[in-house]
Amino acid sequence: MCKTMSASQGSTNTNTEPWGSFEDNNIIQGSGSAVIDMENMDDTSGSSFEDMGEMHQRMKEEEEVTAEAAAIHPERLSHMRVLIYLVSTQVWQAGKQQASKAFNLYANIDILRPYFDVEPNQVRNRLIESLIPVRMINFPQKVAGELYGPMMLVFTMVAILLHGMKTSGTVIREGTLMGTAIGTCFGYWLGVSSFIYFLAYLCNAQITMLQMLSLLGYGLFGHCMVLFITYNVHFHSLFYILWLVIGGLSTLRMVAVLISRTVGQTPRLFLCGTLAALHMLFLLYLHFAYHKMVEGILDTLEGPNIPPIQRVARDVPVVASAVVNATIKSIAAVVQSQ
Amino acid sequence: MSQFAGLSDISISEDIPVEGDISVPVGSQNPDDDFSTLDEPVKDTILRDLRAVGQKFVHVLYPKKSSALLKDWDLWGPLLLCVTLALMLQGGSADSGEDGRPQFAEVFVIIWFGSVIITLNSKLLGGTISFFQSLCVLGYCILPLTVAMIVCRIVLLGALSSVSFVVRLIVVTASFSWSTFASTAFLADSQPANRKALVVYPVFLFYFVIGWMILTFSPSP
Repeated sequence: MCKTMSASQGSTNTNTEPWGSFEDNNIIQGSGSAVIDMENMDDTSGSSFEDMGEMHQRMKEEEEVTAEAAAIHPERLSHMRVLIYLVSTQVWQAGKQQASKAFNLYANIDILRPYFDVEPNQVRNRLIESLIPVRMINFPQKVAGELYGPMMLVFTMVAILLHGMKTSGTVIREGTLMGTAIGTCFGYWLGVSSFIYFLAYLCNAQITMLQMLSLLGYGLFGHCMVLFITYNVHFHSLFYILWLVIGGLSTLRMVAVLISRTVGQTPRLFLCGTLAALHMLFLLYLHFAYHKMVEGILDTLEGPNIPPIQRVARDVPVVASAVVNATIKSIAAVVQSQ
Repeated sequence: MSQFAGLSDISISEDIPVEGDISVPVGSQNPDDDFSTLDEPVKDTILRDLRAVGQKFVHVLYPKKSSALLKDWDLWGPLLLCVTLALMLQGGSADSGEDGRPQFAEVFVIIWFGSVIITLNSKLLGGTISFFQSLCVLGYCILPLTVAMIVCRIVLLGALSSVSFVVRLIVVTASFSWSTFASTAFLADSQPANRKALVVYPVFLFYFVIGWMILTFSPSP
């Protein structure tokens, strides 16, 4: 079943098999050699039937191109122009095929498709459930592995954080406001999820990375609510109450799910203590990092060192700021004396 | 030749001449057409593109159920709008980021990065619209917000008072809801019916962030 190829440009292949026989694949066009060139082997594709299909497709395209060229009246174009046209078309098609192959291999978003398969009422239910701690911790609680809700919550928190940073007059010297907000929120979601997943692996907890991402993402719903309220209504006592109640509820929910999936007292304590600490402290940090009243602490504790994040002095009522500053100075004095 | 025995009945009578033309079906263009748009003057090309962009602007301002934005998408309009918005949000101050004002790169990245995220989200939720079509629609629907930015700049030429804030708030809210409604009219058709809310929310958030950036813009003193 040897095929002979004529050594000219635009040669046509005579296939006796409809799928194109093996020898046609790797013969370089125009070289007239029947040696299979391994450089032309496509090593990114899976089955050999795909190779056959692709080679057949490629040869059909080449035939179409040469048929187009042949249908053009030869007296209107010179041979050079035909050559240029053929070569450029083939280069374009080869490049297009390579690009589409690479794209299908690496940028295949269909991998993520099952994690976005949700209905609006499911999302709403999960949002509400993220604030309700479960009571049964004796058998593993079900954690939905979806990424739509967590991602939307992270973006919402970015928007809320942006608002908070703007109203508190935060000035970021090395960076941008948006970059900091996105970095903080995504960094927390992805970083703490990975860290807790690693700890869960150490403590033999039955939870997958996707479930951890989903759990922590929905746990940010409480954070979003608290920050939305307290960035607009500035009462410290209100913030502390909301921090304890809403932050506490969402932490308890995550902690209960993790407890139900871990065996042994010490692993449970270790894992859940870490998660509770990180979650609650993050909310505390987000509130105080972008808050108007922090100038007093900075002036007292930092001294001449200028941190990368600076605050612009705002007009606050004189009495209130005097009281706060006095309180903070006294606390700082107590801390420094120890 | 036994296999041809059955065909011996079929015969073409010889007094009917068989004639005709056989032509190989060629692609609709020959190489001359590919090069013909290169020969036209630059003014024609620019005017043609500008006319297409202007037509799409009109479609955004009156969002009927037309498919002009979807069928021949282009990204010139979004680029124009994005650059205009970013330049206007930049303000006259040469000191970048001194009082938290968004820098040019920030606005640019927010718009394009946000559009890509929304497009990916709508594709992952099972949408039938293609990647660049969605980018085109989201970019063109920033037009009402750009108009609002221009109005806000004009209002801010006057005094910086609470009246001006209320006026700006109304204008920005109206244009942001117009943007969301316009883009939903184009995008939501490509989604399964019960998931429209899941696609609309990120669009709402995206235009909300842009509208908020416009609202909190204050010129340099």
